[in-house]
Amino acid sequence: MKIVQIEKAKWEAGLASLSDSYRLFGPVKETEFHNFKELAKGQAPDLSCLNTRLSPKSIIYPQSEALLEYSLDETRQDHHIMREIPKDYPPQAIIGIRPCDVKAFILVQKNFDTPEYKDPYWINAFESSTFIGLACDSPCTECFCTSADCGPYHEEGLDVLLVDAGDHYLAKVLSEKGDNLLKAAGWQNQADPKTAAKKIETMKQSAENKITSFINTDGLKDGDTIKLYNAPFWEDVSFSCINCGTCTFVCPTCWCFDIQDENRGKSGKRMRNWDSCMFPLFTLHGSGHNPRGTQLHRVRQRFMHKLKYYVDKYDSGIQCVGCGRCVRYCPVNIDIRRVCDLMNNFSSAENICEIS
Amino acid sequence: MQNPYMPYPVQIDDIIVETEDKNLKTFKFVFLNSEDEGKFDYYAGQFAELSVTGKGEIPIGIASSPTEKGFVKFTVNKVGLVSSYLHSMKVGDIMGVRGPLGNWYPWNRMEGKNVVIIGGGFAFTTLRSSIIYMLDPANRPKFKDIHVIYGARTPGMLLYRDELQEWEKRDDINVHITVDGTDDPNWKYNTGFVPTITEQKAPAADENTIAIVCGPPIMIKFTQPVLDKLGYAHDKIIMSLENRMKCGIGMCGRCNIGKEFVCKDGPVFTLEELNKTPREY
Repeated sequence: MKIVQIEKAKWEAGLASLSDSYRLFGPVKETEFHNFKELAKGQAPDLSCLNTRLSPKSIIYPQSEALLEYSLDETRQDHHIMREIPKDYPPQAIIGIRPCDVKAFILVQKNFDTPEYKDPYWINAFESSTFIGLACDSPCTECFCTSADCGPYHEEGLDVLLVDAGDHYLAKVLSEKGDNLLKAAGWQNQADPKTAAKKIETMKQSAENKITSFINTDGLKDGDTIKLYNAPFWEDVSFSCINCGTCTFVCPTCWCFDIQDENRGKSGKRMRNWDSCMFPLFTLHGSGHNPRGTQLHRVRQRFMHKLKYYVDKYDSGIQCVGCGRCVRYCPVNIDIRRVCDLMNNFSSAENICEIS
Repeated sequence: MQNPYMPYPVQIDDIIVETEDKNLKTFKFVFLNSEDEGKFDYYAGQFAELSVTGKGEIPIGIASSPTEKGFVKFTVNKVGLVSSYLHSMKVGDIMGVRGPLGNWYPWNRMEGKNVVIIGGGFAFTTLRSSIIYMLDPANRPKFKDIHVIYGARTPGMLLYRDELQEWEKRDDINVHITVDGTDDPNWKYNTGFVPTITEQKAPAADENTIAIVCGPPIMIKFTQPVLDKLGYAHDKIIMSLENRMKCGIGMCGRCNIGKEFVCKDGPVFTLEELNKTPREY
């Protein structure tokens, strides 16, 4: 285990060196809130931020992205024939990303990188990225990462875990990509591995103890899909939803998209744009029929997808990392923690009945 | 890395108006690059995204059969932005076809079995593909009796009328054509809704008989009890679904019925499989 000690005095100089070989992204304060932005040369990420308002998913998966291009000009030989858009994916580093948001990429990867089909845009952006995660020592009140297979010091998907140790950072090297980045920054001062590891472990325990919000997911897998779908609580859960889509917009694990051709004069681009299961148009058939035509259908789809369909499809945990954003920003206070409990208890209550 | 969003360029080779309301046209496409035809290697029951450059894409069942070489055919109902524009296009126009996508009718499982095809309205496209495929001299011996029950509102709303008449005369396939109603005194086929004709004409269920059902929701709703009555087990009833789609490769998130994506895990499911999903279609 390699742990590098980075003096805070050398932090910005290291970042400046990095910016020669990486595009750097980090949390930046915009008016009231922090968001991930590409850092200009000499600009340092604001690591005092608890977490950004939007998830950093747009760095890998832009809200709007051109997939293909074409010409409608019939004097051109290749008119109406789709063309690849030349794209390069230079190395990029995401500095100060929280462990929950990195874990989210690992969950989303199951959708874009499949045995049958590979989404080249997502995969190329993901693979060109080095994730320099910042451990959370002050979790927000809505965070429930520790019970969502994640945690404030969770290492999954990270290349380096940064721990704020006062006048210096301890950088735990978790991959070759991470090691290369530290070299490029000139951060080479190795800490005594035993002492540093012990310190990180102590801080991790203390951070985990600050998480006060939990969910139970143990009954979800064995729950019956059809019975959960028909559970009586959906009417209550969805009653106040205004289908604004904020939850899916801020969620680091929501990946749904739309594809639209956008023309300008005689040329155009086939665009991919974020979409949301909260919108009626998302599933509207050409005939006018809509299989998810009501607010109840759409709210249920969001929670069933994250907490049941995903679990069953990939034989894995839930499609949620407990970042708490949807809880914080929902204008009508719909709380995934409560819904998860309803689903989980509904399942387990039913299992008990079946046994007795 | 193969880009799954890239369509093959095609040229419209022929356009046939199929129905009396002129709302259904069959488009015959040839690949601009002949090697693409080999890459577009499909089974009856699959679909593709028709890519109308500058307008968008629509998921449409493949109406031609893998045994027909040199072209691919799709029958398109004029409904929305892309299909309406496609209906205004001319022979010679260039566009794209992306696929083949989705799964197909279970051809391996159907070998050595009786096949009963039940179709209604314009959901007959992949069924046409299937019939042409099964009637191919190289394939016909693989299947036992073939029954087709196909209905539309009026005689003029039936798809592929020339082929239907031809199949009707053959002795290696039992075709039962029906219309909801007609004032044509020369109509020599059946009159009545598809479920009624199914009850009269479909063979009784047995271990060696598989039914494929494709049609509008109302037809499916009333055909299922008939098949139950005839004793068809739910794993012997095959259905092909439609849902709104964009990517066609299981990524964009809108066409799911529970954990299954209609585009990638379907569109073909047995009724037994569908019974395990919330059936949001």
